[in-house]
Amino acid sequence: MKIVVCIKQVPDTTEIKLDPKTGTMIRDGVPSIMNPDDKGGLEMALQLKDKYGAHVTVITMGPPQADEILREAFAMGADRAIHLSDRKFAGADTLATSNAIAGALRMLEFDLLITGRQAIDGDTAQVGPQIAEHLELPQVTYVEDLKFDGNKTFTIRKSTEEGYQIVEVEGPCVVTVLATANKARYMSVRGIVEAYDREVEVWNYSNISVDEAKLGLNGSPTRVFKSFTKGAKSAGKVFEVEPTEAVDIIVEKLKEKFII
Amino acid sequence: MDKTQYKDVYVFVEQRDGQVQKVAVELLGKARELADCLNEKVVAVLLGYEIADKAQELIAYGADVVLCADSKELVQYTTEPYAQAITQVVRERKPSIVLIGATTIGRDLGPRLSARLETGLTADCTGLDISDDRDLLMTRPAFGGNLMATIICKAHRPQMSTVRPGVMRAKEKDESRMGTVEMLNINFDKSKFKVKVLETVKEQKNKIDITEAKVLISGGRGVGSTEGFAALEKLAGTLNAEVSSSRAMVDAGIMPHDRQVGQTGKTVRPNLYFAMGISGAIQHLAGMEESDFIIAVNKDKYAPIFNVADLGIVGDVKKVVPILTERLAALTKNGK
Repeated sequence: MKIVVCIKQVPDTTEIKLDPKTGTMIRDGVPSIMNPDDKGGLEMALQLKDKYGAHVTVITMGPPQADEILREAFAMGADRAIHLSDRKFAGADTLATSNAIAGALRMLEFDLLITGRQAIDGDTAQVGPQIAEHLELPQVTYVEDLKFDGNKTFTIRKSTEEGYQIVEVEGPCVVTVLATANKARYMSVRGIVEAYDREVEVWNYSNISVDEAKLGLNGSPTRVFKSFTKGAKSAGKVFEVEPTEAVDIIVEKLKEKFII
Repeated sequence: MDKTQYKDVYVFVEQRDGQVQKVAVELLGKARELADCLNEKVVAVLLGYEIADKAQELIAYGADVVLCADSKELVQYTTEPYAQAITQVVRERKPSIVLIGATTIGRDLGPRLSARLETGLTADCTGLDISDDRDLLMTRPAFGGNLMATIICKAHRPQMSTVRPGVMRAKEKDESRMGTVEMLNINFDKSKFKVKVLETVKEQKNKIDITEAKVLISGGRGVGSTEGFAALEKLAGTLNAEVSSSRAMVDAGIMPHDRQVGQTGKTVRPNLYFAMGISGAIQHLAGMEESDFIIAVNKDKYAPIFNVADLGIVGDVKKVVPILTERLAALTKNGK
């Protein structure tokens, strides 16, 4: 079995702080990490490798420093790493990103394509299904668990608001995985040592056959019109009243905020 | 692309087990505002099986036209049949705007459609507006909520957006509103239906990670005991909320560590955070001060939690919580 896992390097958004005075983001010193859902996806692939001897390829699109997460993937147990990097890909929205990645994936053979559900820097959850559409493959999103019958059928548990669904699909297919699906393994010491000697294949525009008009900023239907922070926060109102009156005030606020 | 060929605001009406979901009603309310601003129509797209009887309700909530596809293939959501149905609708009717709820269904369907229709999609929007050039302005949080971005899709149509449930305001139901209902015939390519649903399980979920909860009810020393937290659970039930805790209650063995908010626990950023009997040590604040709205109840009027709270109540949580629970239980029973 051949598996490809799409991974992304992201700033650890839980480490981002706001300047309390200006309300602007402080990005300095924020570490870059492998996106948590993607790591869950990689772990899922490695478990299939452990059990069925699958060959696991990881691919990322990003600037040169994204090489770090490919080395991390090697150290965890990935067999092959591809780094898609070209200025022509820069400034892409989700659709243009999916065009580039799908272009690269067309050059690869696989039975299962795994992506994370969403990346913590954008939280869109769009690129996985968009890739699936470009490749005309079935998709299962919000995956919590995946079982393989050893032939070609996957039985998948996907999370829903109310509980879960069990679905069945044959490969090749695309699944988008939750970080909570498993507990990702640590890099092995030997893996870390070897990871830096192994070859990461760097691919650029010339390695994929996608119309340039569909890539990068020019290939992006959506643009950022403006961005802003919510601003510094001031203390709200404090009421010292009887419990029933306090409840009136709270309920009024919940209505105003459309919570109820 | 000739943008003038595209008009009207379309809403994907999400239904589960034949029940129209709340988010669809919220989207109809927002679509009504946008359509009025553009002087265009609100079109509800209702997909399902034996579902046509829901159409009038959608008109009452703001739709001018309901397009209904009633087919066994659409009885429950799977990606491909729904994507085919909406793709056909969009290609035939050319909407200017398509709104979809940002649920596990909408976030599965939306990107599939955007790639098939080769148009832009903005995820998880919390604000929608119309620009001076009559384009849709789609505002959403990014970087874990640290930044808000307004996105525009200028040269492609339709302009598509998934919208976070619970953010937009539904219109009052108006049974006297008039509208038209049109039945659709979808030409399915069944050879593409590859995913088979074997089982759909509903469970009383109390395993939503507190970092993913929209509403959190958090208890501290003022709650104090297992019984106190049982009362918070009851309150949480009325708001579809999760219960979390300060460090003190975890150290006391009353709450498990995975429910702890704060520096040594989890950082949370719900739409609404209740700090119940929590004084607000800096380590706790570090884990929750980015919440969109904070309501604090505490006996001590000098408690630091009131410095970050949007609404503060000086009082005893043991008295306030039961009254609030009762009131909310009564309110949420009376319809939506």
